Amino acid sequence: MDTELQAHFEATVARDQRIEPRDWMPEGYRKTLVRQIAQHAHSEIIGMQPEGEWITRAPSLRRKAILFAKVQDEAGHGLYLYSAAETLGADRADLTERLIEGRQKYSSIFNYPTLSFADVGVIGWFVDGAAICNQVPLCRSSYGPYARAMVRICKEESFHQRQGYELLMTMMRGTDAQREMVQDAVNRWWWPSLMMFGPPDHDSPNSAQSMAWKIKRHSNDELRQRFVDMTVPQAEKLGVTLPDPELRWNEERGHHDFGTPDWSELKRVISGDGPCNAQRTERRRKAHEDGAWVREAALAHAAKRAAKADHAEQAAHARKETVA
Amino acid sequence: MSDDHVYMTLAEGHEDDTRWAYGTGFEDPLHGVDTTVPEGVDPAELAALCVALGDDALVQAQRLAEWTTRAPELEEEVALANIGLDLLGQARLLYSRAGQADGTGRAEDAYAYFRDAADFRNVRLAELPNGDFAFSIVRMLLLSSWRLAHFQQLASHPDPVLSAIAAKGVKELAYHRQYAAEWSVRLGDGTEESHRRMRAALEQTAPYLGELFTAHDARDEVVAVLRQVTEAAGLPMPVYRPLPGAGRHGEHTEHLAPLLTELQGVARAHPEATW
Repeated sequence: MDTELQAHFEATVARDQRIEPRDWMPEGYRKTLVRQIAQHAHSEIIGMQPEGEWITRAPSLRRKAILFAKVQDEAGHGLYLYSAAETLGADRADLTERLIEGRQKYSSIFNYPTLSFADVGVIGWFVDGAAICNQVPLCRSSYGPYARAMVRICKEESFHQRQGYELLMTMMRGTDAQREMVQDAVNRWWWPSLMMFGPPDHDSPNSAQSMAWKIKRHSNDELRQRFVDMTVPQAEKLGVTLPDPELRWNEERGHHDFGTPDWSELKRVISGDGPCNAQRTERRRKAHEDGAWVREAALAHAAKRAAKADHAEQAAHARKETVA
Repeated sequence: MSDDHVYMTLAEGHEDDTRWAYGTGFEDPLHGVDTTVPEGVDPAELAALCVALGDDALVQAQRLAEWTTRAPELEEEVALANIGLDLLGQARLLYSRAGQADGTGRAEDAYAYFRDAADFRNVRLAELPNGDFAFSIVRMLLLSSWRLAHFQQLASHPDPVLSAIAAKGVKELAYHRQYAAEWSVRLGDGTEESHRRMRAALEQTAPYLGELFTAHDARDEVVAVLRQVTEAAGLPMPVYRPLPGAGRHGEHTEHLAPLLTELQGVARAHPEATW
């Protein structure tokens, strides 16, 4: 029986058809997906923090509204993704516990600080841009609920990216101080953004199986290359310099050559030793703990109401019987 | 790669900014509306009213923004941001109208970023720190009930711009009030702890109620909402103890100035900049 199910599963994936929640799937596939979707959901939620810091300080009401809405979208993305993980039998509360206990990861990029308002624009441009490169292929992921969540998320991310870029364009047309802020933010975010695609292919242990299952569709290095190729002309148009002396067009390859990110830094940040790791999980933990009484109250109220409704139904039933 | 097409359609320019709900693609939120102040409306009075209502909204929106990443649940994260964005939108429209009516032609940001605490006319309840979720919910219940009653009247104001802003706001405020009322009932009824916190929040906000009714007499509407909610939640009605002073006269608590320092800091550090 199991081999038959396994064969059916493999045939479905091979035909590029979707696996749906009630379909049989190998345990490894389920576990890998839960891990990936949870990490993605956690990234959305932790990712609200670096930009969220600037909502109260945004220098115009229009930028305040844009940023407030963007960070709200990220909370929404987190919600869809936790829901997608729940279709695989995971539980949102449990995943949140894993996040705040450091047992599950989120994207390393959110462990860097946001030092000026230009960071908001650069995060939109680089980080959302990198997220799009990573996620557009996931719209064709073999797992249906994840793929569908990604379609919605990618549409919103691309909107955020354009808004970030538009902020930078406006700042570059402004004062010298504004132009300096933009260049400084570009310098700080470029390398961490390249690291968002994960370690180089020869050092990425889980990739091969995920590619075979079509959970993942392109290798880390392919996606990183795509991001660089996409970003270089945008940087030129903006008038900023990307901080990589090795960056140049390679006619033969039809791609840009670029320098090697500091992989030891990525390892440090992933293992919890980045500039803001402790602060990010601590904020999430505090929100979760401070909100515990609210969630308990909501549950208690719902239980009381359900009990009342039950009671009323029983009473109505008893009345009917008396009448009969 | 085969995803190039998908990528292009997402990342390249598509001119559907209109689907974006929060007014990003335009400079003047009142574009296309006849902005002449009609005869019989005192422009200075109209401007003062718009500034006061704008300040109430902006200060509340700022407090709601402080909840970001700190809400008790993701659904609340989304809802509080929604309400904050509605109020921010109201503030922008009201400031723009004030700038037209007072003859200075000032834009929305001039009101938000380049006035000091003593020039702000918001009621003090709006500026108090967030406290716990119960406090923020009770504050929202009181302010949204009060503002909703006010906006319902303003929807027939002789100034067509203010009347349009109010009519739009009525729908938003009805949702804010519903959200706050639902949570008030949940928390009042929920656990001993949530009940205790709700009682405390009702007591802490009560002294600021008098000021609301002096600014706009919606006592009957607000008391009716409070009565309905406290009854459903098993909470006592708060005791009315008015506090002297009024935000409408520029008299504020010590909490407004730091709120504005944060709100205005970047804008004031770069007065020549455009954002």
